Amino acid sequence: MSDSWRQPRRVLMAALGALTVFYLLAPTLVIVPMSFTEARILSFPPEGFSFQWYQRMWTDRQWSTGIVNSLQVAVLTALLATVLGTLASLGISRGRFPGRSFVNGLTLSPLIVPVVVIAIGMFGLFVQWRIAGSLVGLVLAHTALALPFVIVNVSTSLQTMDRNLELAAANLGADPRRSFFHITLPIILPGVLAGAIFSFITSWDEVVVAIFMTSARFRTLPVEMWEQVRQAVDPTVAAVSTTLLVVTTALLLLLVVVRRQAPAQ
Amino acid sequence: MTAPEPTTAATGSAAPATNGADHPALALRDLRKTFGSAVAVDGVDLDVRRGEFLTLLGPSGSGKTTTLRMVAGFMAPTAGSIEIDGSDMTRVPPYRRDVGMVFQNYALFPHMTAADNVAFPLRMRRRPSAEIKKRVADALELVKLGGYGDRYPRQLSGGQQQRVALARAVVFEPRLLLMDEPLGALDRKLRESLQLEIIRVSRELGATVLYVTHDQEEALVMSDRIAIFSAGRIEQLGSGEDLYDRPASLFVADFIGESNILRGRYEADGGDGDWVTHDDARWRVGRDAAARAELSSGTPAALVVRPERIRIVDGGGAGDGLNVVEATVDEVLYLGPDTKYHLALGWGQRVAVREPRESSGRELQRGDQVRLAWSVDDGLLVADPGGA
Amino acid sequence: MATADEARRRPWPSLVGARPRFNRWSALALPAVVFLVVVFLIPLLAMGLRSVTDPPGAGLANYEQFFAQDAYVRVLTNTFWIALLATLACLVIGYPFAYLMTVVPGRFAGLLLIAVLLPFWSSLLVRTFAWQVLLRDTGVINRFLLDLGLISEPLTLIRTTGGVIIGMSHILLPFMVLPMYAVMRRIDPEYGRAAANLGASPLSAFLRIFLPLSLPGVLAGSLLVFVLALGFYITPALLGGLRDQMISQLIVQQIQQRLDWGFGTAMSVLLVGITLAVLFAASRAVRLRDVFGSSVGED
Repeated sequence: MSDSWRQPRRVLMAALGALTVFYLLAPTLVIVPMSFTEARILSFPPEGFSFQWYQRMWTDRQWSTGIVNSLQVAVLTALLATVLGTLASLGISRGRFPGRSFVNGLTLSPLIVPVVVIAIGMFGLFVQWRIAGSLVGLVLAHTALALPFVIVNVSTSLQTMDRNLELAAANLGADPRRSFFHITLPIILPGVLAGAIFSFITSWDEVVVAIFMTSARFRTLPVEMWEQVRQAVDPTVAAVSTTLLVVTTALLLLLVVVRRQAPAQ
Repeated sequence: MTAPEPTTAATGSAAPATNGADHPALALRDLRKTFGSAVAVDGVDLDVRRGEFLTLLGPSGSGKTTTLRMVAGFMAPTAGSIEIDGSDMTRVPPYRRDVGMVFQNYALFPHMTAADNVAFPLRMRRRPSAEIKKRVADALELVKLGGYGDRYPRQLSGGQQQRVALARAVVFEPRLLLMDEPLGALDRKLRESLQLEIIRVSRELGATVLYVTHDQEEALVMSDRIAIFSAGRIEQLGSGEDLYDRPASLFVADFIGESNILRGRYEADGGDGDWVTHDDARWRVGRDAAARAELSSGTPAALVVRPERIRIVDGGGAGDGLNVVEATVDEVLYLGPDTKYHLALGWGQRVAVREPRESSGRELQRGDQVRLAWSVDDGLLVADPGGA
Repeated sequence: MATADEARRRPWPSLVGARPRFNRWSALALPAVVFLVVVFLIPLLAMGLRSVTDPPGAGLANYEQFFAQDAYVRVLTNTFWIALLATLACLVIGYPFAYLMTVVPGRFAGLLLIAVLLPFWSSLLVRTFAWQVLLRDTGVINRFLLDLGLISEPLTLIRTTGGVIIGMSHILLPFMVLPMYAVMRRIDPEYGRAAANLGASPLSAFLRIFLPLSLPGVLAGSLLVFVLALGFYITPALLGGLRDQMISQLIVQQIQQRLDWGFGTAMSVLLVGITLAVLFAASRAVRLRDVFGSSVGED
């Protein structure tokens, strides 16, 4: 079973692979143990073992409100982006109207425009609309950023779905509305959930737009971290980083579980 | 253009409906479908009798699937009408047509169990749940899958899935059952056993079935009547026997069963008889065949002879109601109970002959010169539209 | 069942076959389109407008101001340069890795994919911060090397171009690997067997068959990485020195500190324009669908 180009110098390739994996994962993983240090400065390996910095995260008002704000924004973003995005996917995949490609491009454009430019543009106008620096403004901004992820996921689900199923449903007596709720929606649900999870993660970790859309009164966790990181750094930042990572990883694992449960894919 | 009705009575259909209505179960009138400039269905007229099993047979692209989909309501016809049980259904949406449909790839809802799949049409009709339970169980029993209700489609084999699809299509007692090459995705043995299942089920229900396939053997096995499609039109409509023994055109003769096609020119000769001639060779045409074909003298025609009707003879000439021709053996193929010979006639015309092994008598080899003979009455006369 | 008359009054738009101008599903896309136009498109257009109207009657003055100053132009060229270096780094690291993912047995390929996807979805800020911790004079790498006695003084790894490249490559690597992997996966191993059968050595088969076939993925990945790198802000801000400043940093500086909206928005327009120009030029050579995925179905 030897394929001509599948006989690389095994050891070399394996070593390169391991090195690259190390490069990819090590930096982030280094932070985690550092967050448990007893010392007052970031050090590796950490000295001692303590939860003090996690406690600090909750007791320090700035950090704790940051966490709460981040959660609020992420949940609302996930909800709004999922609803808008699922509807849009249905419209783009199943719809017929002039300018369909343009609309498709429009929904994906937040991925292409540099995030700094998006931040500046939104900031400029949101200030005039008086929503900059508030929950509303940030949720709207993050929803725009998250929309492409929902659309890509739901559209993929829609396209891989067997079209005959909708025909069968119609043949068996389901009008379009009932066909959608009984057949289409359950089958694309994994895609919808994936989109929701990616929307949450996008908002939860987002920093550049948040820098502009937040104010001293309303800050998200990444923005707090950004402010701290450029000045003196204490291990609380490591604890915050670990928290951000844990939430993201947990959601990704949830996604894997959701995908595996999907009966249709 | 209505396809000519066969002169013999249709064979073996189930007990006809007793409601006394005169309507055919399905009536298609001048049905047409065009996609832009491409014509998929070009004026189809068809009556399907109640309780009949009628197959739409033809090569890919001949319009049979498009016709079926229009009957199901998935496509709107460009022109013409569709009547089901006397009611005009041409513009009725598919979810109000009350026809059952079995798809080639089963189209079972993957997120529902087999039982839920079968229950779906009854739920759409808002039947009470006790009734649904019973009818679902009965339907699964009918297709010999009682007890499999809790399984999901992915836990079932291809044959089982198709049977669930069948159960789902009949559970609500539709007026018409449509099948779109339902066995195409299955292997041969499974296909054969499911063919019998489908016949059994449709007979038990007294169902009217419109079946689409490109496999002519399948059509011959299952159908009461067959409509052969070519280029969007019905070439011929009749029982399998009619199509096999009395094909109305070269296309039909070639599509159903194997044929030898001897191309030439038709010459009507009042006294001497009718002939098909090719250069120096000529073969006599039987009176009945000539009468049926209704060709005028001088038109390009073909004499069609089935391989099993030709014998390899030693001596003797024409006459005695036989056509004789010289040929050279090209290939000898052993096909179990039969032997098949490929031979070449003088001008490059190839002929196939099929004989049971016992009657061969001699061992023929490549290059042997032999004589072939067939009874004049076994020759079918058809027009040759492509002939010079 | 409803009567045929009733149904005739409400014609059924075909599911398959006919091609009406608008069908029922079209309206569903409307909310998202309106949302994006209001929240995304209009702010960008307003920004563009501001670049030529702030200060009032500015016209192209802001743009001229940018190109007039050497320092600013240098930032622009530096941005290109760093983006290019990052792309090359990702290519060098990413190609063998994507290739590895293609040839290892299924289970390992899954693990390697996770190794790529996990950082892909982790916070950019956290990862950049991690590099800051690693690369600092008192950071992990220097401490490690000092302790081992390999060096006597800490290496300057942070606040250098090298540091920025390392950090950016780390973050951009998945964007290079994923498109390349997607294309490499589709290369039929039968080609390799055919090549071997016809007398090609493994190296020859790789260079003549596999490499050319993998090129679309390479182009797609490189394009994506380059375009993203142009707009980077966080990473160069934390890891780079003054000379490594990228244009996004300049933009933020003008808006946040100097409050010079006219100039800041002009540079933003410039950045978007360059991004689009690069994409447009590359769209001749690359199928953008490979890069960004497609939602529009084939019907």
